[in-house]
Amino acid sequence: MLAEDQDTQDIEDVSDEDVDELLVEEVSIDGMCGVY
Amino acid sequence: MPAETAETVEAPLSLKDRFTHGLDAPICLTWELTYACNLACVHCLSSSGRRDPAELTADEARRVVDELVDMKVFYVNIGGGEPMLRPDFFDLVGYAVERKVGVKFSTNGTRLTAERARRLAALDYLDVQVSIDGATAATNDAVRGAGSFAAARTAMDNLAAAGFGPFKISVVVTRQNVEQLDALDALAASYGAQLRLTRLRPSGRGVDSWDALHPTASQQRQLYHWLLERPGVLTGDSFFHLSALGEPLDGLNLCGAGRVVCLIDPVGDVYACPFVIDRQFLAGNVREAGGFAGVWRSSDLFRSLREPQSAGACASCGSFDACRGGCMAAKFFTGLPLDGPDPECVLGHGETALASLDTGSRPHAAIGHSKVGVDGTPVPVPTPVRFRSPART
Amino acid sequence: MSTTEAPSPVAETAFAADRAWRLNPQVALRDEAFGALAYHYGNRRLVFLKSRLLVTLVSSLADYPSASEAVAACVPERSHAAYERALARLAASEVIDAC
Repeated sequence: MLAEDQDTQDIEDVSDEDVDELLVEEVSIDGMCGVY
Repeated sequence: MPAETAETVEAPLSLKDRFTHGLDAPICLTWELTYACNLACVHCLSSSGRRDPAELTADEARRVVDELVDMKVFYVNIGGGEPMLRPDFFDLVGYAVERKVGVKFSTNGTRLTAERARRLAALDYLDVQVSIDGATAATNDAVRGAGSFAAARTAMDNLAAAGFGPFKISVVVTRQNVEQLDALDALAASYGAQLRLTRLRPSGRGVDSWDALHPTASQQRQLYHWLLERPGVLTGDSFFHLSALGEPLDGLNLCGAGRVVCLIDPVGDVYACPFVIDRQFLAGNVREAGGFAGVWRSSDLFRSLREPQSAGACASCGSFDACRGGCMAAKFFTGLPLDGPDPECVLGHGETALASLDTGSRPHAAIGHSKVGVDGTPVPVPTPVRFRSPART
Repeated sequence: MSTTEAPSPVAETAFAADRAWRLNPQVALRDEAFGALAYHYGNRRLVFLKSRLLVTLVSSLADYPSASEAVAACVPERSHAAYERALARLAASEVIDAC
């Protein structure tokens, strides 16, 4: 389980590419299995 | 300050990890409004046909929408049966979109008249998905019934004439329509519509037709490569079992059932997903004291689905991370154990497992809400395809 | 519209951090323990904001005359660049728009 203060620890020294994965991630509304 | 190595810096969990543990509310969900249907598709996942006398009333349905608003469910996928057969269809859809619950509804198009297309075009937060299962009437009507293709095309024409904008054409991939993928793509393009291909599950009436309809292993590989080259084609993430073939397809590549999505059925029963309408996957009913929210948050079934799932026989397979053992509906309705390979495992482990099953372990299609003939069996769709008979060994 | 058109790629153009930004009015933000889900009703995009701090930043963007001032006020200095890049991503997905 993540601690609430993980926010400031987890993005230290991250590269540009890592930002995408660590802070913002996009998924399609049609992109999860189990709906029509 | 933590050292900056991959081992010591705790990265936040990926979306996939988060979703596997479940959320406090679904992101979206399927809502089957009625079991009534004027078609009798041979593979109907909900065994629809006859309206259930205990269907949610218009008022109860509005209460469900109120709950979805409270829970901030973004979007609801409405289906059935044929949802446009509900007398309160437009009232309910209007009630939802007014409250910014996005609606996409799935229809066979038989009731999508020119006038109704204009009404739909005037609504905001609304998507429409017309179902066909082939690029030609011959292929489509073999599973959906004579005249169903023409009716669907008329519905599409009506949507186009009404200026609805991009709608979706939804196709269940079968052995018979895999060769028509390009034609289906072209059909969607001709309407400015978006093509959506989904996986056939052996659910509902599909239990009996799956053997004859499901794509072959070679066709699955063909489909996988076709999809990789066409990121604009939607799949509802229903082919995540194919991701073991290589580069993952677009989507979360995981089963969302009971974790980020679920089904509300016409009588208010809540199931993990629309492909597992069976007691084993029944989480509760919206008419219970806690309503839908209570079921989503507290049902034993959903709690257990949000625990780590056992890989079982797949634990030693190098592809397990990619496919996660595939679809529980596909396993359940072919008689396979849930902690083991998918019947369509791309490495062939599912076929091996199926071959070693006892003849008695495959379920038969329950009648469900299918219309029945005088002999008590579901009214069949006229088709040259031969289906598994109950006596098959 | 071609069905084979890929979803519009996230544009990596320079983010105008000197302008004022706000949560897009077409976006519904739903808090989660780990951040928030952002759903854009227009383009149907679903974006996951993966830290509570990012959610706080996005929610208070409109209170500041510029995005860079918002970042300076809400985020520890060592993370400024990362959070500004996150805002750029959110702008490209239309989760935030310029005031």
